[in-house]
Amino acid sequence: MASLILLPALSPTMETGKVSKWLVKEGQTVTSGDIIAEIETDKAVMEFEAIDDGTITKLLVKEGSREIAVNTPIAEFESDVAVPASVSPPPAVPAKKPDEVSRGPAAASMLQVAARDTELPSDVEFRSQTVREAIRDAMAEEMRRDSSVFLMGEEVAEYEGAYKVSQGLLAEFGAERVVDTPITEHGFAGLGVGTAFAGLKPIVEFMTMNFSMQAIDHIVNSAAKTLYMSGGQMGCPIVFRGPNGAAARVGAQHSQDYAAWYAHIPGLKVVQPFSAADAKGLLKSAIRDPNPVVMLENEIMYGHSFDVPVVDDFLVPIGKARIWRNGSDVTLVSFGIGMKHTLAAADELSQLGIEAEVIDLRSLRPMDTASVIESVKRTNRCVTVEEGWPVGSIGNHIGSVVMQRAFDWLDAPVLNCTGKDVPMPYAANLEKLALVSVDEIVAAARSVTYR
Amino acid sequence: MSGKMTETNVIPDASKAELLGYYRDMLLVRRFEEKSGQLYGMGLIGGFCHLYIGQEAVVVGVEAVAQEGDKRITAYRDHGHMLVCGMDPGGVMAELTGREGGFSKGKGGSMHMFSKDRHFYGGHGIVGAQVPIGAGLSFADRYLGNSCVTFTYFGDGAANQGQIYETFNMASLWKLPVVFVIENNQYAMGTSLARASSTAQLFTRGRAFDIPGEMVDGMDVLAVKARASAAAKHCRDGHGPYILEMMTYRYRGHSMSDPAKYRSREEVQRVRTERDPINMLRDAILQSGAAVEAELKAIDSEIKIVVSEAEKFARESPEPDADALWTDIYLPS
Ligand SMILES: Cc1ncc(C[n+]2csc(CCOP(=O)(O)OP(=O)(O)O)c2C)c(N)n1
Ligand SMILES: [Mg+2]
Repeated sequence: MASLILLPALSPTMETGKVSKWLVKEGQTVTSGDIIAEIETDKAVMEFEAIDDGTITKLLVKEGSREIAVNTPIAEFESDVAVPASVSPPPAVPAKKPDEVSRGPAAASMLQVAARDTELPSDVEFRSQTVREAIRDAMAEEMRRDSSVFLMGEEVAEYEGAYKVSQGLLAEFGAERVVDTPITEHGFAGLGVGTAFAGLKPIVEFMTMNFSMQAIDHIVNSAAKTLYMSGGQMGCPIVFRGPNGAAARVGAQHSQDYAAWYAHIPGLKVVQPFSAADAKGLLKSAIRDPNPVVMLENEIMYGHSFDVPVVDDFLVPIGKARIWRNGSDVTLVSFGIGMKHTLAAADELSQLGIEAEVIDLRSLRPMDTASVIESVKRTNRCVTVEEGWPVGSIGNHIGSVVMQRAFDWLDAPVLNCTGKDVPMPYAANLEKLALVSVDEIVAAARSVTYR
Repeated sequence: MSGKMTETNVIPDASKAELLGYYRDMLLVRRFEEKSGQLYGMGLIGGFCHLYIGQEAVVVGVEAVAQEGDKRITAYRDHGHMLVCGMDPGGVMAELTGREGGFSKGKGGSMHMFSKDRHFYGGHGIVGAQVPIGAGLSFADRYLGNSCVTFTYFGDGAANQGQIYETFNMASLWKLPVVFVIENNQYAMGTSLARASSTAQLFTRGRAFDIPGEMVDGMDVLAVKARASAAAKHCRDGHGPYILEMMTYRYRGHSMSDPAKYRSREEVQRVRTERDPINMLRDAILQSGAAVEAELKAIDSEIKIVVSEAEKFARESPEPDADALWTDIYLPS
């Protein structure tokens, strides 16, 4: 039976791919499991296997063709086995795109402009980098600068990071300083704390922050509290970092936002950058900080590009927010990937004649509430945006601070846009509903501006 | 492979029906997983999807000795376990596509399915977490005074999680009827066993707790069945837990997005041609004369239909209703 071989989706976030190599010729017979092509995805080069016995009758795309949409026919195939008569061959359906968490690159141009930091000299150059590359560069620069800095975690060395964040680090720094661990989060987090007590500066990567729950006792009880319990003798200069929050369709146990959890803990510092520049500058500051710092990253943001200043030692101070957009009608406060939705919402609001001021907290502990208060005193309205759950959220905290310190300036209650109060569902339609959306932010901003 | 390996050479006393049953079940898992990979490629399955291809003999051999009421629990590489313990392929596939007809109504996905009816307790995404839960299932059986056994599966990578040793201690201390089935497929994502484990022989890891263990050829369904049978008997007789280290191999990447560059194409090809569990059983059946080619061909066609029908069901089942977002968080009290 003749059929078409379609370009497969080979990662949770892949939309297009490149046929980098054909391993079969026209007319060649294959058996199920034979590798017929190498396909480059957004993350890696993958081998693509035949799923039936038969003959490749025609190759429809040339080797090296790029940007082929998932589900485009790439070859014709004649199967040896007739499909059982009782079942008709499935119709080719259009690919369901992995759920983009917000509306694509709407705010992209603005990102380039707003990413420029006012504190930098005016003639500084920028280059475009992904968040992934910026994080790698921050680690590499600090490891070059200070031999006591080392990286440890699952798949960080030979695999170069499950999400390819530590590319090139093993080659440059060797296995003594880029250490693959067994899958023992509680163990290696505690071990990392021990190395920090003894004077090293570990960067402990969790493959995702979901797995930091295995280790949370050491993060909270050992790393965060020891300085206090030792009367100031025993500091713990350690960084715990990894992707946080929802990725795409990875279900309830792998899609959790820890912003509020870690921000709750005295003794910890917590940063959650949005842009590549902030990821780089904050991570460098975190590595140098004499205290334990948790850095919450995001898998979806790893591939996003931003302008990063080309300077020798680019540091972003922990505990300082950044204003991405000035506006006088409402203050939108967010952080991390929440900023992506927030900036998109600000664009939409602008079309409705509502000018939003957008504040990126960047650090959750210590938190730059002064910048929020100052803005709210001008706009008289505040909406917070985050991916995490509503109860005990970062937004709750901001609402309370604003109420205590700017009550007389408020013209409307502070609203919190959050993820829904449910475990993350797997189904595509439900996952979309569970996540905070641009529409919800726009609606909240309209409601507090009564427009 | 070093250490003691239990060998059962070709066809001991298995009946023809048993042999064809194992062949059928292994083939069902293989074809189902190939279809899953294909649907993932088409965007119908999302997120993480971990295929069981290559490891079929483990689950089929162990399930061959399970009695009604026995429980099973595993990690995220769980499709094979569900199909072989009797969960409907359409319901499993519909969960993979996130549809209402799935075992978790589309809310769990590939890694999180359950069936009270078939005593399948998941489907767990956190490496190692299913192991103490499995011991708890067996604690309940002992408490209730029945003779059921729990099969608790985990990987070679999971074998380094601390909670496994906490569990070993309790299981041995309280003589719990749990068989720990270590599916040693040689890799935890991109990390080979040798790079993550201080000792190579995982079946010896119970020694400090007085739990007997042995290594089994996990590509030989009959060897798996024989040793699982002895282990289950040990538990049912009240002697406490037992460890079986199944030497097996996964043919595909860790999940759909793993390019698997940490091993050579030849290494994979060698296992496929020399140790494939389905081909080995097929050859054994034909050589021993237990069945003829045409009988096996008939099974191949039957499985094709089962998998096509599962696919059809999974495609046609609707997405869950929006209200389902808010249900199943609490039971009414
Ligand atoms: C606690 C925890 N840490 C890390 C992960 C990410 N992870 C998922 S599977 C896996 C490898 C597990 O390997 P193994 O136990 O050998 O099972 P296999 O995948 O080979 O079946 C890792 C590191 C996780 N899910 N949970
Ligand atoms: Mg493994």
